[in-house]
Amino acid sequence: MTDLSERQQLSYIAGQAADARLNVELETEGMTLNIGPQHPATHGTLRIIVRLDGEQVVWAEPSCGYMHRGYEKLTEVRTYPQVTTLVNRIDWLGSFANEVPFILAAEKLMEIEAPPRAQWIRTILFELSRIANISLFLGDLGVQLGAVTPAFFAFRDREHVLNLIESVTGGRFHPNFDRIGGLKDDLPKGFVDETRRVMRKMRTYCDEIDDLLIGNEIFQARTRGVGIIPKDVALQYGLSGANLRASGVDWDLRRDQVVPMAWDDVDFKVWTHPDGDSFARCWVRLQETREATKIVDQLLDGLPAGPVMAKVPRIIKVPAGEAWVSTENPLGEMGYYVVSKGDLGPFRVKIRSASFNNISVAPWVLRGVYVPDVITILASLYFILGDIDR
Amino acid sequence: MGLVDRGRMPGAIEKLMNLGRSYSMWVYQWGLACCAIEMGAAFASPRYDVMRLGVIPLPASPRQADLVVVSGTVTDKMAPAVLRLYDQMPEPKYVISMGSCANCGGPYWDSYSVTKGVDQLIPVDIYVPGCPPRPEALLEGIVLLQQRIKHEDMAAKWRGETTEPLRREPIVVGGGNVA
Repeated sequence: MTDLSERQQLSYIAGQAADARLNVELETEGMTLNIGPQHPATHGTLRIIVRLDGEQVVWAEPSCGYMHRGYEKLTEVRTYPQVTTLVNRIDWLGSFANEVPFILAAEKLMEIEAPPRAQWIRTILFELSRIANISLFLGDLGVQLGAVTPAFFAFRDREHVLNLIESVTGGRFHPNFDRIGGLKDDLPKGFVDETRRVMRKMRTYCDEIDDLLIGNEIFQARTRGVGIIPKDVALQYGLSGANLRASGVDWDLRRDQVVPMAWDDVDFKVWTHPDGDSFARCWVRLQETREATKIVDQLLDGLPAGPVMAKVPRIIKVPAGEAWVSTENPLGEMGYYVVSKGDLGPFRVKIRSASFNNISVAPWVLRGVYVPDVITILASLYFILGDIDR
Repeated sequence: MGLVDRGRMPGAIEKLMNLGRSYSMWVYQWGLACCAIEMGAAFASPRYDVMRLGVIPLPASPRQADLVVVSGTVTDKMAPAVLRLYDQMPEPKYVISMGSCANCGGPYWDSYSVTKGVDQLIPVDIYVPGCPPRPEALLEGIVLLQQRIKHEDMAAKWRGETTEPLRREPIVVGGGNVA
């Protein structure tokens, strides 16, 4: 509550007082409602058990594990190049972004670094997958609130970005393009011009969503002041990414840490919002999509020439050691702690995925809200089930 | 439908009804994993637009659905829910298994928590291979299913005889057969 404006605090207190009055006047009976594991309003198979008093949530608990596929155990029986095939599928909307931290961790252990051109192309693909990821979030957000139109806009314009990723990597969804020491291949002919065109299109898409959804009065009424996560709570629960920035914490790993990627060479703004409500989270993500298109444009301007693959041995054996690398993925901080014993495959990989921490705040933030707001808050927290359960 | 399940329906009417059934399939919204996004692209995107094939991807309840696309990894924890949702669907019902995970476990073939193939749980009509399959592949699967429905013996289907497992060869999109 510390970082809220006085007006917000007053409205919060007034709301609490009104609820208390209502509960005295109308005796309500408790009820347990089970949302999921298969529910149209959840992204995948999350199950949430809520206890209701009337229409108010008194207790909520997400039940994970319906999409647990055992990544951490599977990586122990795969070789390093094979692991990227698996970790692609953790956050399936921004697949390329999942490969990068793992490859960076392996490169850190091998003490090699990708050539500059490979780093830049990696960053371009990283930001493209961010755009593909968040643009679908913005469309899906409308569906959660009962407006189907933005989803059509999202799927229409997302196709352009997927086409770009496909033209480089050969895969729409799961590129598996990153190699230890660089990339599999160079950019195709005509990629730069086409990407510029698509980035203009995506900025138009952001404007459309801004008009259609974010600026919509009903949307604002449903999201403003709903599901407020104050700054200290957000930090305590380990939120990251746009959820944290929407609570007013200026923290972005792209800017705040040094990794062999090209973010240091471009100029971009890290958007934050002081409110910490559902609206702030959606707004920050919209701005991030805009910012990502600008990052891609700048990267295309200064794309260095040269090879895309460093000299690496044919059979990759990573020397013994431990390495932790995390990057700012579309959903938040994603990191890999790789323990190597000098074999063909990792000895142990700990995956820190953003959604698991982001959803852990749900029991806190859902307490006291009304049932329709449960869906709004969960939608604005934005999780991918593969990223939660791994 | 006494006439139908006794098999005394004239052939022409049966053909007509099969035609109607094949072009008014209601698909249950059932997203499991990565493939659900490609399924969403096939169903909700203006580029692929599944409604032109006469498929209506709207019902949010399995009780109104004719077709279900199992799109993604079925885990052992999810398996009872999959079975329960399938049981809630009314006959005649069809299943498309989309993606390698639902077909056979896919990249998680040695995982401890993944059900290796949804066909262990429910009978599958069409297998769409790929990880994930392109939306076009899913549309191809739906077209193949429609062709099958057009040549179906409605009486047997109505009596529920053809929903037994191993009742007939499932179709694999892109050729090949199920081992």
